[in-house]
Amino acid sequence: MDFLRPLTWEDALAAKAGRPGALPVQGGTDVMVEINFDVHRPEALLDLTRVGALTEWDTTDGRLRVGAGVPYARLITELGDRLPGLAQASRTVGSPQIRNRGTVGGNLGAASPAGDGHPPLLAGDAVIEVESAARGVRMIPAAEFFVGVKKNALAPDELIRAFWTAPASGPQYFSKIGTRNAMVIAVCSFALALHPEERRVGTGLGSAAPTPRRALDAEAFISGELDWDDRGPLAESAAHRFGELVRDAASPIDDVRGTGDYRRHALAVMARRTLTWAWNDHRAATAGREAS
Amino acid sequence: MASPVKSPGHVAAPGIGGVGESPLRPDGTLKVAGEFAYASDLWMDGMLWGATLRSPHPRALIRSIGIGSALALPGVRAVLTHEDVPGRAMFGIDHTEDQPVLAIDQVRHQGEPVALVAADHPETARRALERIAVEYEVLEPITDPRAVVADPEGLKVQDRGGITRYQPVRVGDVDAVKGRADVVVSGEYEVGIQDQAFLGPESGLAIPAEDGGIDLYVSTQWIHNDLKQIAPCLGLREDQIHMTLAGVGGAFGGREDLSMQIHAGMLALHTGRPVKMSYNRYESFFGHVHRHPAQMRYEYGATADGRLLYADVDIVLDGGAYTSSTKNVVGNAASLGVGPYEIPNIRIDGYGVYTNNPPCGAMRGFGAVQACFAYESMMDRLGAACGLDPVEIRRRNAVTQGSRLATGQVIESPAPLAEMLTRLEAMPMPGAADASDLRNLPGGVSQTTHGEGVVRGVGYGVGIKNICFSEGFDDLATARVRLEVIGGEATALVHTAAAEVGQGLVTIQAQIARTELGVQKVTIAPADNQVGDAGSSSASRQSYMSGGAVKAACEAVRADLLALAERRLGRADLAVVGGKIMSRADGVLGTIEDVLGDAAIERTREYHHRPTTPLDPVTGQGRSHTQLALCVHRAVVDVDVDLGLVKVVELAAVQDVGKIINRTGVEGQIHGGTAQGLGLAVMEEIVVSDGLVRNPSFTDYLIPTILDMPPMRLEILENPDPEAPYGLRGAGEPPTLSSTPAIVAAVRDATGRALTRVPVRPEHIVQGGS
Repeated sequence: MDFLRPLTWEDALAAKAGRPGALPVQGGTDVMVEINFDVHRPEALLDLTRVGALTEWDTTDGRLRVGAGVPYARLITELGDRLPGLAQASRTVGSPQIRNRGTVGGNLGAASPAGDGHPPLLAGDAVIEVESAARGVRMIPAAEFFVGVKKNALAPDELIRAFWTAPASGPQYFSKIGTRNAMVIAVCSFALALHPEERRVGTGLGSAAPTPRRALDAEAFISGELDWDDRGPLAESAAHRFGELVRDAASPIDDVRGTGDYRRHALAVMARRTLTWAWNDHRAATAGREAS
Repeated sequence: MASPVKSPGHVAAPGIGGVGESPLRPDGTLKVAGEFAYASDLWMDGMLWGATLRSPHPRALIRSIGIGSALALPGVRAVLTHEDVPGRAMFGIDHTEDQPVLAIDQVRHQGEPVALVAADHPETARRALERIAVEYEVLEPITDPRAVVADPEGLKVQDRGGITRYQPVRVGDVDAVKGRADVVVSGEYEVGIQDQAFLGPESGLAIPAEDGGIDLYVSTQWIHNDLKQIAPCLGLREDQIHMTLAGVGGAFGGREDLSMQIHAGMLALHTGRPVKMSYNRYESFFGHVHRHPAQMRYEYGATADGRLLYADVDIVLDGGAYTSSTKNVVGNAASLGVGPYEIPNIRIDGYGVYTNNPPCGAMRGFGAVQACFAYESMMDRLGAACGLDPVEIRRRNAVTQGSRLATGQVIESPAPLAEMLTRLEAMPMPGAADASDLRNLPGGVSQTTHGEGVVRGVGYGVGIKNICFSEGFDDLATARVRLEVIGGEATALVHTAAAEVGQGLVTIQAQIARTELGVQKVTIAPADNQVGDAGSSSASRQSYMSGGAVKAACEAVRADLLALAERRLGRADLAVVGGKIMSRADGVLGTIEDVLGDAAIERTREYHHRPTTPLDPVTGQGRSHTQLALCVHRAVVDVDVDLGLVKVVELAAVQDVGKIINRTGVEGQIHGGTAQGLGLAVMEEIVVSDGLVRNPSFTDYLIPTILDMPPMRLEILENPDPEAPYGLRGAGEPPTLSSTPAIVAAVRDATGRALTRVPVRPEHIVQGGS
């Protein structure tokens, strides 16, 4: 197995173009485990840890551009205020050691239906910036990025450069079921983001279908149901219906981590609860402004 | 040849600290700092790497094995099959040699070893495994243990069958009193397969010795029992194998059976080169036996005021394809099948069966764990039926000193169960969870609730465990102690073959030597077979047995030292106190160093516990256990009843250990045993379908983290057992029994669900019946 170590992004793209079978590695929290257990034998590893630009983030025209190599620990500490949903999801990833190494870029590269980073990217309308030496940059909305079980929309010569997303304009929540209270792969997960300026609710489901996905009917229903003008209380019946629609958006399997029935049930509960938290936060924020 | 490994024995136990104190573990700092050499760290220049080809099928005939392609791979030094076993083709832990060293013509469980490779590099060995062509004829696996009980002759996994052991227990006349009970409760219970999940995988190094034998460095629990199995298979005498304990990263019973010992020996003898074998995590799940899964049916009858009249019990334990320690596990489950309660009429039928499911054997609690989940669940059911709270129903039926167990055995030492329950109940309850920190809530930082749906529950559990080996087995222990002046200081060298598996035995051995000899400096020699048998580091027995042997050897050394002092000082009123030779009349006369001079005193002693008897094969009666230990738990849980997620808020325990030799150590045992019981209660299970393991990884076999294991309140009682050294009572296993039913009872209390199977899964809480 060859080990390619480019120093610059351009060299990395050239290396990937020359060796489309090379598997990119950043934190190694997924790739190295699979290699150690002989699950995969890639013809080459493309080590991106020397490409410094990947571990930076900045703001352009009000949108955040977060390098694919920014580890979860930094998403929590540096971007927790602007990307609270993703920070909450990051907090559930593995152990502190894993969060120091693992990255959203790696999560996107593996494209597991259970990837904790995916639901908040979906709920937050993130766009994935990918690039190839031959065709340059391509921007792929998160909802179009996941194309099958552990399959993403990347061409063989493309690398993930960053993801783009707006800083939260309203409350965001991430919720995940695991059968222990830390260090657990999602049995299923749910992310929710309020976009008050668009009078819209975003959603993302994890471990609930062959790919991470949005619950579009649920989004449409609740976006129309919420009292965006006066921020009136959330009707219990609306929250309940929202939960049902999220549940119906899932097509989970029975596996060793949980049954499909349980996953559907849990998604409905998580959807109801996160919506309630988010809407209450939104109302409280208004109350706070009026009081001051 | 220099030893290639730095074992705990090379580290002199530091500081002061005799019996009753809590000196630092000699291996503690190294382990915390990541510098301790475990068996997987063994290394020798020029060594080869061994690897094992395992069966992908739970049951299949082997039509052929082609090794040519593997042998042709550059860097491969050997490819061996059962035809290459130098000696006996079969081995087994418990005098039942029914397990092939390498599969012969058929495989009987997934992961059964079929062939071995030695190569210059572990990757080469792995590639070579892929080139071994095994032609299987796959057969339908036998996986239903109850079906085997019903048709043992028709469903034979191997020549022995069938049923591994059937042990009935009969007291009084159950049928005669059934009509007289005011209250009858019944239940069916199931325990899934728990794994020891030790962090140090099976590893070792075999080095061809100049005398034609083998130097073997292995992480194991019982050196001498390994030797009895290894030597005949390698065609060697036991004295041709020089076996040294390598650093053990946890055991919990999973290292009682052999793993890579014979295999590495075969490869080393065949190649003439040192061979290292080290399983990875995936392989480890197939490399050792697990806790027996159990299916149990219970019926209890009682008077209206909750006094037990009868117990009618049926326990089926699935041992997998080979005998391993199933017979003894059945003995425990049957003899302790109704727990520490007085019941005048008892009918217990205990079965162990062979199937093609994963092989099962020893694990902390050893048969008593499975029964405890059932009998404690029954006590809660009975209490509810009688209108009595969980503590009161237990107290009313509790054994005490002088009570008879189901086997007719009288409990001769203190067994203050009712008092322990009263103490437990009186402990303060934890306050409401601080919901502002997600880590205090079910689901933790996964944020499944901010308090919605969370209901608190409280439950109690009681367990009784036999300490040391039972049923007539003389599991002796040996210790050699040498006292001499080294560098001007009297130093005791303690040498046993007892395995330090993380439990802290090396610390205790040094404490005993300090107390008995009055010296400061104690060195623990590496555990090996240059000294006599120590017995297994299991059955909570090493403090008792090897502790007893060290004490006896020290007493012999001390007697010699006094005799020497009497000769040299010409008087007879001497004692050794605090490293000084004292005269009753004149006080300190000198130091140990003064008396010893250049002399060395060395004594070896064997220690035996009071003998036990077998269980009668028809009535299950007998004085089968030498010591019994009690632990009681109270669990407080918060359950998210909408999602089925559990946060154990607090675990409180009262355990009677007879005598605290090392408080830090015994607290650690209770914490650890409790945590393992928590794992069984709510998460730990090897999930099996059609004989195939579905979750052989730490991704999907979940063990408790620090956010799952709550703080504990402990009360440790010291009611001495006059038969045991210092009055101590083995402490490692009892907490593993009682924490599981206490936690499940608390979850039932919160949810109203029946929860008759462990581990409890979220879907059982959300969708299960009540």
